[in-house]
Amino acid sequence: MTRQHRRFSPTRLFGALLALTLIVASPAPAQERESFRIAWSIYVGWMPWSYGDQEGIVQKWADKYDIDIELVQINDYIESINLYTAGSFDGVTVTNMDALAIPAAGGVDTTALIVGDFSNGNDGIVLKGSSDLAAIEGRRVHLVELSVSHYLLARGLESVGLRERDLRVVNTADADLVAAFASRDVQAAVAWNPQLNEIRRQPGANVVFDSSQIPGEIMDLLVVNSETLQAHPELGKALAGAWYEIMGVMSGDDTAGERAREHMAEAAGTDLAGFQTQLDSTHMFYSASEAADFAASDQPRTTMERVRRFAFENGLFGERARSADFVGIEFADGSVLGSEQNVRLRFTDRYMRMAADGEL
Amino acid sequence: MKRLINLQPGKPLGFVLGLLPFVVVVLVYMAASAARLADNPNDPLLPSLAAMVDNFQRLATEENRRTGDIVLWLDTQASLYRLGLGVLISALLGLAVGMVNGMLPYARHSFSPFVAVLSMIPPLAVLPVLFIAFGVGELSKVVLIVFGTAPFIMRDLQQRVEELPREQFTKAQTLGASSWQIALRVVLPQVLPRLLDAVRLSLGAAWLFLIASEAIAATEGLGYRIFLVRRYLDMETILPYVLWITLLAFLFDLMLRLASRLLFPWYQSGRSR
Repeated sequence: MTRQHRRFSPTRLFGALLALTLIVASPAPAQERESFRIAWSIYVGWMPWSYGDQEGIVQKWADKYDIDIELVQINDYIESINLYTAGSFDGVTVTNMDALAIPAAGGVDTTALIVGDFSNGNDGIVLKGSSDLAAIEGRRVHLVELSVSHYLLARGLESVGLRERDLRVVNTADADLVAAFASRDVQAAVAWNPQLNEIRRQPGANVVFDSSQIPGEIMDLLVVNSETLQAHPELGKALAGAWYEIMGVMSGDDTAGERAREHMAEAAGTDLAGFQTQLDSTHMFYSASEAADFAASDQPRTTMERVRRFAFENGLFGERARSADFVGIEFADGSVLGSEQNVRLRFTDRYMRMAADGEL
Repeated sequence: MKRLINLQPGKPLGFVLGLLPFVVVVLVYMAASAARLADNPNDPLLPSLAAMVDNFQRLATEENRRTGDIVLWLDTQASLYRLGLGVLISALLGLAVGMVNGMLPYARHSFSPFVAVLSMIPPLAVLPVLFIAFGVGELSKVVLIVFGTAPFIMRDLQQRVEELPREQFTKAQTLGASSWQIALRVVLPQVLPRLLDAVRLSLGAAWLFLIASEAIAATEGLGYRIFLVRRYLDMETILPYVLWITLLAFLFDLMLRLASRLLFPWYQSGRSR
């Protein structure tokens, strides 16, 4: 056997591959920094994370607290929440309703670290050929069932004395709502942005009810695993610090602010004007103290009471739940709604307050 | 020593060996589920087998709190109706177009390339077009299934017709048969069992398009339920539903196989020995 042959023997090749795998797979022992993974998905209220990640603002704050934070964009919103619930991520961007229905009801103790904004017209009910919500009676209404759209519909129906059984809900994927609405047999839909803006532009379409009529009820949050946060408060500090630095930049009227918004618009697949329309119907909490005050106010409590009732009535808690009290929700003042033994969703103003007071 | 390729398991051993992978999967699942549940008793990701059986029973026998329907039967009925109708239309279209294309040179020259191109279009990519053309009701779901399976069956049957020995055609003609008579008496009986084969092969695709269409816009159906409860990670419903769909698909396939054996015994005996 010549040397040449021996060098390429299968055993050797296998050995080399194995060694390579071990090198790649084993973590480098030199760095002992804790690392955290946050999942986010594309939505107007969460685009700042894209900017903060790209511009190194998140990195800067992570360095300050000597941790690593990895932001991962997930294309499918629900999948990002499911991944967080399954334990693949330490935090996720989510609405208050989904935070209650998916991770909290699934037994993952979750803390709402940052209340970023609330929908102020970003979600709406659209009818063809009528500008009166009551005309929805008897129609087939296309929406993403069990989503915030469904919740908005329930709140809208309440306001005109109707109930869900007065109409027929058709579960329709959010990506297909615009095309579906163009079809003649679709007469009603509930959508969020950017789809809502596409739908309302179609001929004969009227927005008859939107989230600005229920202000503060559809919140966009950044939530993190409560146990992780307890063990590593520096994660909360770094995220809050980064968020309000980004808010400071993007809310500015100067060129830096415009550049930030332009970046976010591009990352969201639209242009500055389109992104601005979406921002206009979103109540952003640019100031940390305003957000902290909101989180500490009575609003989360009254909203979550409605949301949990809706979730229970629609079976979002699964069959295990005998009543809406199955999950406990804790608020900033320490009071609990529902089961005190099973507190799984926590609202806190702590980290936003720190940012407001400049303690980060 | 006997070579590995000549070692044959006995009948009972063969049965056990066939069962083995299933047992392994179930055991691995149970271990993983128990480990996660020990950590968090409310974990929705890998529910225990008992919880799934419980939940399946509830879905199959109790009325839904919100709608008052027994969801499993409602979903199964709706899905089987769509699937059955879609596959039936595909089979009839496939048979007609396949026979015409296979037998008539003029038809073959005009339509064969068109069908070939049609079969290359990914049906899910033209979904918005289907919505606008056929609405978002039952029709568009059936059309999606037909669009996804019919071109394949057409092309397959055309080939089967072309494979028939030319001598049969010559013989029938010398006996005075017209084109129509040859189609009915020579070609049709011989391609019918092959049609069943083609339908069996396209069932997988038909299920795929059924589930996809129900995920997009629906008020009931097996795919609808899975995509709905996925919104709150209700694996207690999703996993039993997946098993149920698998069982239904298996039964559908078995039915076609039995039908083929029963209706066309000559076809089976000529093939397997």
